[in-house]
Amino acid sequence: MKTTNIMIVGVGGQGTLLASRILGNAVIGEGYDVKLSEVHGMSQRGGSVVTYVKFGEKVYSPIIGQGEADIVLAFELLEACRALPNLRPGGRIIVNAQSIDPMPVITGAAQYPESIVEKLREKAAVTAIDALALAKEAGNSRAVNVVLIGLMAKNTDIPYERWIDTIKTTVPPKFLDVNLKAFDLGYRCDN
Amino acid sequence: MAKLMIGNAAVAQGAYEAGVRVVSSYPGTPSTEITESVVQYPEVYVEWAPNEKVACEVAIGASMAGARSMTCCKHVGLNVMADPVFTVSYIGVNGGMVICVADDPGMHSSQNEQDSRHYAKAAKVAMLEPSDSAECRAFTKAAFELSERFDVPFVIRLSTRVSHSQSLVETAPRENVPLKPYEKNVAKNVMMPAMAIKRHVVVEERAKKLVEFAETTDLNRVEDNGSRIGVITSGISYMYAREALGDSVNYLKLGMAYPMPEKKIRDFAVKCEKVFVIEELDPFIEEHCKALGLEVIGKDAFTMLGEYTPAMIAKAVMGLEPAAPAQLGEDIPVRPPVMCPGCPHRGTFYVLKKLGLTVSGDIGCYTLGAAQPLASVDSTICMGASVSAALGMAKARGPEFSKKLVSVIGDSTFIHSGITALIDIVYNKGTNTVIILDNSITGMTGHQDNPTTGKTIRGEATRQVDLEQLCHAVGVDHVVVADPFDVKNFERIVREEVERDEPSVIIAQRPCALLKYVKYSGHCVVTDRCKKCRMCMKLGCPAISVKDGAVRIDPNQCNGCGLCVNVCPFGAIEKEAEA
Repeated sequence: MKTTNIMIVGVGGQGTLLASRILGNAVIGEGYDVKLSEVHGMSQRGGSVVTYVKFGEKVYSPIIGQGEADIVLAFELLEACRALPNLRPGGRIIVNAQSIDPMPVITGAAQYPESIVEKLREKAAVTAIDALALAKEAGNSRAVNVVLIGLMAKNTDIPYERWIDTIKTTVPPKFLDVNLKAFDLGYRCDN
Repeated sequence: MAKLMIGNAAVAQGAYEAGVRVVSSYPGTPSTEITESVVQYPEVYVEWAPNEKVACEVAIGASMAGARSMTCCKHVGLNVMADPVFTVSYIGVNGGMVICVADDPGMHSSQNEQDSRHYAKAAKVAMLEPSDSAECRAFTKAAFELSERFDVPFVIRLSTRVSHSQSLVETAPRENVPLKPYEKNVAKNVMMPAMAIKRHVVVEERAKKLVEFAETTDLNRVEDNGSRIGVITSGISYMYAREALGDSVNYLKLGMAYPMPEKKIRDFAVKCEKVFVIEELDPFIEEHCKALGLEVIGKDAFTMLGEYTPAMIAKAVMGLEPAAPAQLGEDIPVRPPVMCPGCPHRGTFYVLKKLGLTVSGDIGCYTLGAAQPLASVDSTICMGASVSAALGMAKARGPEFSKKLVSVIGDSTFIHSGITALIDIVYNKGTNTVIILDNSITGMTGHQDNPTTGKTIRGEATRQVDLEQLCHAVGVDHVVVADPFDVKNFERIVREEVERDEPSVIIAQRPCALLKYVKYSGHCVVTDRCKKCRMCMKLGCPAISVKDGAVRIDPNQCNGCGLCVNVCPFGAIEKEAEA
């Protein structure tokens, strides 16, 4: 069996690590071998962050190379562009249609590309949603990560109940209600 | 049931199961979570030490006293602890001792890309190198037992991808390892020439025994797939090779990075027509193979720079060219790390940039003061060097240069190794100004307590080092505490202190904005009084940008810290309460 490769990308501070933990725990619940690779430290300070999640019968390397990702789950538009070379032919990009200017754009040294979703659609299958709006609807703008996990969950073979059980065991009790709501908003999103 | 764990947590689990009693470390990415994970085990004494040298010595003392002990650091931390490591190699252990070192190929969060395997050879200690989390646990557990068997500290060498990758780990209960008796043993534990000369003989005999062990241990494993191509590899490179090459080649996986076997490698190599050595960073295994007279392909086919990938290995060994990846077809701006919204360092660097000072920098979040637009840091070397290098600059160029020069160093870094340099300034009549960026936490590594925070690693209250008194005590008469967000006052103080013909310290005091107790609220908004002077843009705050010629503040990023309100010359930015 081929491994399933999911790449989660975003901006440091957006909560990509929690998203990868929910995904990882859901996957082991299904009895797969799994590896996740995170990068901590400096890049968490508002830089580009990348987490790889790989599962299947047996996983060796924890990283996902160019043309190897089945799904790119992007928390931010520019980071989706950066991860595009990692997507395999026929893979899908799931992207939060939010833009966060990197410092070179803020200082005027670089330009933020325009019409990113349209440009990505020319290269790959793309699902784009306003996860921030859904997170706010769920009750906390920080729940963007769980909205996106909900949206992605539909693209996997892992059953709905497994996701719910995993969120219950992974997320702190205080934030459980918001996160369950956020997951459902993502999962039931029509895009 | 197997648990999903990062390599670092698995190291802690292995140490716990092996009955470790004392763990002392200084934080450093990518090693920090080992020690943080030990906190979950109430049976273990665990601490943050002021620096790696102290941490290692605490572990040595614990071992000498009969306990299994461990110290953990990043690669450059091993440089700091090198002094005791080279001598504890002669002393050996009583309770088993493990040193964990995490290298950072690719420099995700480091100032250099050193290969710490050289230390094992130089200090004549043994080193194991796990490839995933299950091996992190198993090898660490084995290392304690081996440390006692061979009377030598064992080093566990990790790398970012092993430390920070999660994979499945089976766990077991903690073994009951009693404290060994402590007996005074001058010949073994007092390393002065008469005794050390004798211990060196023991060290060299031990080295031979360790090689014999390396020949037979399961830690070094052959996977014979009947191929004519052989791959000798270790650590994460084994996983990359396994993914890229599958069962098409034979493998010699070296779980023991030092010392390496001779016969085992020779026997493996002679059965193959072609042997590749696949190892990130330096040609450590390759040089060993070549010294044995074996023809192997190593750095002729692989780089010494950065991290490897399976694709890189498939290309070098099988000649497989990867398919051209999808591209956006236009430039994608880079996203370098930045200081967070509300970061206290932003106020300091805004003032330093404005005054055009030469800034001798250090290791921490505030290294980001080198990036645009604050761009005020001139140099970054290693922990503590901001203070000592600035003294060197001042001595080289004279006291007038010193008046346009400051050092910036975090609270934890100052305790780590800045204080000794400050003493040098006082002792040798320097006139430097040192700014201690006191954000009340060890920031970059993810919020560890330190001697200035008043809390231990377990969150218990403890005696707090008073930085102001400490600086006074070493002979600095002028110590000023100031809030870097009160930019006008802070600027005045910096101007005054650099002018002095004697040493001075400014303690820039404001806690890290990410600390739970720091409660900024609401957010800042630009009013129609804005003259578009763009003074606020000089702060390099990720929440402030210019859209269609107008300055705007992103309410999703702004935490209402109010620094931009203080900086705006026209009072055009206001704080708005949470709606």
